[in-house]
Amino acid sequence: MSKKPIDVLVDPVVNNNPIALQILGICSALAVTTKMETSLVMALAVMAVTAFSNLAVSAIRSYIPSSIRIIVQMTVIASLVIVVDQFLKAFLFDISKQLSVFVGLIITNCIVMGRAEGFAMKNSAGISFLDGVGNGLGYGFVLVVVAFFRELFGSGSLFGQTILELNRNGGWYAPNGLMLLPPSAFFIIGFMIWVIRLNKPEQIEEA
Amino acid sequence: MPAKDSVTGTILIATLLCVVCSLAVSAAAVALRPYQLANEVLDQQKNILDAAGLPTDEFGKPASQLSKKEIDNLYTWVSEQMVDLDTGEFNEEMDPADFDLVESATDPTLSTEIVPDPYDPGEDRRPNTMKVYFVRRGGEGPIRQVVLPIYGKGLWGTLYGYLALKSDLETIQGITFYQHKETPGLGGEVDNPSWKEQWNGLKLYDENGEPAAQVAKGPAPETDPYSVDGLSGATITSRGVTALVQYWASDQGYGPFLKKLGSKIKQESTAGDTAAASKPGNSTKKVGA
Repeated sequence: MSKKPIDVLVDPVVNNNPIALQILGICSALAVTTKMETSLVMALAVMAVTAFSNLAVSAIRSYIPSSIRIIVQMTVIASLVIVVDQFLKAFLFDISKQLSVFVGLIITNCIVMGRAEGFAMKNSAGISFLDGVGNGLGYGFVLVVVAFFRELFGSGSLFGQTILELNRNGGWYAPNGLMLLPPSAFFIIGFMIWVIRLNKPEQIEEA
Repeated sequence: MPAKDSVTGTILIATLLCVVCSLAVSAAAVALRPYQLANEVLDQQKNILDAAGLPTDEFGKPASQLSKKEIDNLYTWVSEQMVDLDTGEFNEEMDPADFDLVESATDPTLSTEIVPDPYDPGEDRRPNTMKVYFVRRGGEGPIRQVVLPIYGKGLWGTLYGYLALKSDLETIQGITFYQHKETPGLGGEVDNPSWKEQWNGLKLYDENGEPAAQVAKGPAPETDPYSVDGLSGATITSRGVTALVQYWASDQGYGPFLKKLGSKIKQESTAGDTAAASKPGNSTKKVGA
């Protein structure tokens, strides 16, 4: 592994995006992206968990018995998720109320586990930490783009600030109800993957 | 140190990891608990104040935009009391501070089964005693609003909220839901300020004293004093809100309490009138009151 730190950090954003290329972590991308605010906090939470679980797993990687390595990774990840959840409840109460179970479900987010097993077990602590941040960024990038379209066209606002005045509040814009339902995130992620692969044909899988 | 892949090595590593992780988790939980509790209390207070419309009356903006200090100040206007729902009397023995709605509603010794007829809030049980909130200007003087905790099923889960009544105990001041699982943008519009605004001034009871306030299907007729607009795309949430408001207003809910409180308020104001009437020149007006 002789990748440059900057590549490890930036690659997962577009070139090797965990959602768009590896199609991991779709579940929470559908659930929390009705608003920019919640998506951003969710992205930060995932980034923190991926980064620190990579760091921790990498730091103890030479001591982990291979027969229980998955359980060891899960224990580290689960503990971190609980800590992050406690922090959100203490300092971002309103948002943690909206994110409800999805913070807890970061434990089952394939990205976190995938990076711990696929990268942190083989690389040194520093670079693993960067890899975690990078993958968190990649995940967050997709989340924020999806949330941008869903909040703008579903609620006529961004970060809760009205952009398109809704007809139910006396404005002109009739909101698209589909945007508020999970399937719309599928369509937007589909479009994103299409646009990324148009520009990066090497990502296209052979049929 | 034993080899890492041996049985002892595996057990040793697993044990160490568990100890370290549980220490981290418990440290976070214990250290952050006070902040979390404060948040929960503040969130409840905001909802109670918003239902009573105080932040908008006093500051012209909802509680979510007020500072903690302003909320604390405003909340001194609110007093809490326990009410026995069957008799409608105050229960002075119970401390309102110890009351937990969800706990009381599930404990068979503290709750009663809900008879889903004629009003069905979709829940199995309700507490025997509920905590109610009285709002008085500056914390004293006559009652301005009464805030009642309410709950019932929507589409995805239970909606928990507050219903505030004006001092006539028949007109609604406001409604808020502090916890629900409805779809954002559809049923979740129960949080929409302009929808909640419509509840202000709605009549809770019809001429026969039966619960009548409801969420209409589609837009509410303008002359109808009992209806607010339906939430489009959220028929089941709308029905759920109607059912839970009517259930809690009925004799199974706060009906007995509101009747008793109503006559008490009337007595007090007559007593006040009598005091005023005892002044010279006013005495004739009191006859037959």
